[in-house]
Amino acid sequence: MTVWLAIDGLGLIEGGTTIIDSATLTLSAQRNVVLGPNGAGKSTLLRLIHGLLHPSGGRIAWPTSLSQAMVFQRPVMLRTTVLANVEYGLKLKGYATAERRRRAGESLARVGLEHIAARPARLLSGGEQQRVALARAWALEPELLILDEPTASLDPASSREVERIIDEIAASGTRILMTTHNLGQAKRIAEEIVFIDRGRIVEQTAVEPFFTLPQTEAAQRFLQEETP
Amino acid sequence: MTTLGDSFLTAWQLVAAADTRLAGIVWLSLRVSFAATLIACVVGMPIGALLAVGRFPGRRVLIVLFNGLMGLPPVVVGLLVYLLLSRAGPLGAFGLLFSPTAMVIAQAILVTPIVAALTRQVIADEWAEYREQLRSLGASRSRAAATLLWDGRFSLSTAALAGFGRAIAEVGAVMIVGGNIDGVTRVMTTTIALETSKGDLPLALALGLVLIAVVLSINAVAYAVRGWAERKWG
Repeated sequence: MTVWLAIDGLGLIEGGTTIIDSATLTLSAQRNVVLGPNGAGKSTLLRLIHGLLHPSGGRIAWPTSLSQAMVFQRPVMLRTTVLANVEYGLKLKGYATAERRRRAGESLARVGLEHIAARPARLLSGGEQQRVALARAWALEPELLILDEPTASLDPASSREVERIIDEIAASGTRILMTTHNLGQAKRIAEEIVFIDRGRIVEQTAVEPFFTLPQTEAAQRFLQEETP
Repeated sequence: MTTLGDSFLTAWQLVAAADTRLAGIVWLSLRVSFAATLIACVVGMPIGALLAVGRFPGRRVLIVLFNGLMGLPPVVVGLLVYLLLSRAGPLGAFGLLFSPTAMVIAQAILVTPIVAALTRQVIADEWAEYREQLRSLGASRSRAAATLLWDGRFSLSTAALAGFGRAIAEVGAVMIVGGNIDGVTRVMTTTIALETSKGDLPLALALGLVLIAVVLSINAVAYAVRGWAERKWG
């Protein structure tokens, strides 16, 4: 496996509070899940990697530049149709109208929503909106898809559907970097777990050893608390 | 009380008979204020959106400035436009003073800061919600501003309405630059002011009724359209 992301001494300090504390990490697995307690800095780490936040220190190195897309915990839908929402991302990337429509239609079909392409996106259920957000990201055919707790505000059925879609996106060759609160989901999706606690990257382990015997005390404690 | 009652009666008869003189005044008012609001929206909405999402030096100063200019006194705007358009003024050569065009210019100047400031508030709220998603998709700030202007179109109707309400109701600016010339630049508010001072209360009252009816019905239509649109698009 080749390294596709190398983070070195990455830090983020906001208003005197250290949110990310000299994080050093290399990612080479295709499916990576970041776990950690609330407020550990999981979402912040993802936003730094995606370029939505600027680090206070350290560096993020991409051995080869990867096209990225991100899916957020709460999907943001424009006041227009489902199809136009998916097309919007393609429009910003400069695709011509016909190509845009074709790709957006295909992407919607892959998330099983082509039958509601003409509906106003904002009136869909939370689960459907998240699937539209996934279709919007997938239509861009990113080499890396970042997902910040994509199922945190969804019911179990919608969560399973979103998980199925993430699995398919991964199967198409896209690298996955996501956070979740759902340990079962982490087990199903991840090849590798990155465990983060109080802004520090504490552990990076393959998924099976992480859940059977985590290397650090912090991760052991986290698993005990999170496992019912 | 009888004068008031009589005045109302005569006023109502004028409105009901669609008196041509009355109709001309109402029509000119609507044309001038509509044109001024249109210009204010075309200029003010992009300014408001860029103030909301942009990052450039002087942004905060401009925000304070536009908020402050919302309360521009119409007579002062009228005076400034008068100086610009008067024969000796920099734009005197166009001969626009005491024409409906001059009135449109004055009202547009008066209303643009209102539209810009209200637009900035609407777009700033939207930006807070959409910011990360739009940046993630690679939207530049000016592109984001355009997207949010379209996305916020229903909320922005309120900004346009506030501008129109201000334009159609003001008297100071149009009085100074229009000159209240009968049949040329006489609008509802200037006529009301003139006729009241002359003692012709029925015409003044009739115009007052029409003015209120116009403002109310435009607001009612806009409210209904906005409600419908919000139910349709969420």
